[in-house]
Amino acid sequence: MSTAISLRGVSKHFDQVRAVDDLDLDIVDGEFFSMLGPSGSGKTTVLRLIAGFEEPTSGRVLLADEDVTRRPAFARDVNTVFQDYAIFPHMSVQQNVEYGLRVKKVPGAERRQRAEEALATVRLEGYADRRPHQLSGGQRQRVALARALVNRPRVLLLDEPLGALDLKLRREMQIELKEIQREVGITFVFVTHDQEEALTMSDRIAVFNEGRIEQLATPVELYERPVSAFVAGFVGTSNVFQGEVAQQLLGEEGTFVIRPEKVRMSSEAPGEARSGPAVCAAPGVVREVVYLGSTTVSVVDLDAGPTLTVSHQNTDSSIDAALERRDQRVVLSWRRDHLVSLGAAPAAPVASPEEETA
Amino acid sequence: MLWLGVAYLGALAALLITSLWTQDDFTGTIQRTWTLDNFRDLFTIDVYRTITLRTIGIAALVTVIDAVLAFPIALYMAKVASPRLQRLLVIAVLMPLWASYLVKAYAWRGMLSADGPLAWVAAPFGLHSPGYGVPAVIITLSYLWLPYMILPVYAGLERVPNSLFEASADLGGGAWTTIRRVVIPMAFPAIVAGSIFTFSLSLGDYIAVKIVGGTSQLLGNVVFDNQGAANNLPFAAAVATVPIVVMLVYLAAARRTGALENL
Repeated sequence: MSTAISLRGVSKHFDQVRAVDDLDLDIVDGEFFSMLGPSGSGKTTVLRLIAGFEEPTSGRVLLADEDVTRRPAFARDVNTVFQDYAIFPHMSVQQNVEYGLRVKKVPGAERRQRAEEALATVRLEGYADRRPHQLSGGQRQRVALARALVNRPRVLLLDEPLGALDLKLRREMQIELKEIQREVGITFVFVTHDQEEALTMSDRIAVFNEGRIEQLATPVELYERPVSAFVAGFVGTSNVFQGEVAQQLLGEEGTFVIRPEKVRMSSEAPGEARSGPAVCAAPGVVREVVYLGSTTVSVVDLDAGPTLTVSHQNTDSSIDAALERRDQRVVLSWRRDHLVSLGAAPAAPVASPEEETA
Repeated sequence: MLWLGVAYLGALAALLITSLWTQDDFTGTIQRTWTLDNFRDLFTIDVYRTITLRTIGIAALVTVIDAVLAFPIALYMAKVASPRLQRLLVIAVLMPLWASYLVKAYAWRGMLSADGPLAWVAAPFGLHSPGYGVPAVIITLSYLWLPYMILPVYAGLERVPNSLFEASADLGGGAWTTIRRVVIPMAFPAIVAGSIFTFSLSLGDYIAVKIVGGTSQLLGNVVFDNQGAANNLPFAAAVATVPIVVMLVYLAAARRTGALENL
């Protein structure tokens, strides 16, 4: 596998702000690569540096092992799907899609054929003569995708392309994008602040925080083995134990994370759910129960101090029982091998993805 | 609103009615008998036809010159300049509008005079000032109405999202391709909107031509002379309907481009 994109020590400063801070990154040919992070974490700036809309303050950008750091956007073999789609409003769908080919002086017949193919790829056959204002948000998004794909770029850059769509459409497009990517075999670099979106589609994910990559891993690794409290908090919900609490509950110093679905909740009964070599247990009081359809989430105040979020699938008919648990005493238990150690470093304040906006 | 309509349309109606009356050659009083004589004179007497065509030609040329000058200025203001510089440039463009029209016209009379600054600059190149005449009128009117073109084009370009320019570059379009295929088509309705000002203001002008136009006449002069010196109000009214009709045709054409939403 060869590398499609390499960033070598890339920094981008806007006045005093370090949007991107000494970044090294390799993106492999043909992969679906996501850059995930809260707004202002530098992920969009990295995308713009690859596209050529920004020049790095220092460092080098390589496309297919070729240094393109000083090359303008129009001379780079990458195409972008913009957050606001940037469809040319004075052109028809067909003219929009053909734009890149027209600029490169591709002959008319070939242009038409390739535009037709690209529109078929994004399932917009028969829309060629429409004007952009006649299209829905989802259709515009597809036009933007077709307009980029028609050029057969080496890399396709997507800047939060699904952000403006409603949830249902967004879910459909996530799956469709992944299918299209497999079909065309082009490297996709996808920017998003939505952790679920990143987990759904990506081969690998880079989690950004303050201009640096906090962790670069596959979705499974990222979720199961976060390396920092920031990643643990940003990707999914996490329960964090640290300091004295960790010592008391787990018998170990350090910072530990456990996912809500890995915690079992049982009614307090003598002899049940004791701490052992393989299992930890802690008593507490249920403060809140939230029913979410497929899952139920409970918030439990442990006697030892911390508050834990516990979730379980609503697979049986014990839902009523779960909902009645508010203010009751329970015992939480989890397997020690499900705990993820973040080392002894004090945890940074954890950002929750729900609070982030585009 | 209603009164505004009555006052405005009433004046236009009175104008049209007056143009259908005639004037007693001896006494100079207006005779209220219906006749199309004024319009017949307007279309059959050569000098009036020449003046009409000259007026429309000058107005068109002024509009084209202003569009060509205004576009790069407006593009720079809207998309290149920093927000601070942007504000300064808007003020700079508006500034000439605060000065009296007459002062500016006389300033150009000075500029264009045989020993004026323009002649002085042109002399080393073996050129001389265009002197007073149609070229001087075009230069002066272009100068006078330029802000009316810059401002709508600037406003129009400012509304175009930057991502469209980036998208064009991203798809392989260089600066010129982007300007030709994206920026100008996007700015076109705003240019047409600006042209309504430059064209109509040029069409009705009669002062600049008096000051820098030498002996050439425009429709405005004919109107002015007929109701002033000749006291032939009906004929003046008939002449005045020409620019109105031309403007109505122009506005109808402009409407088709969607320019009126840009005003």
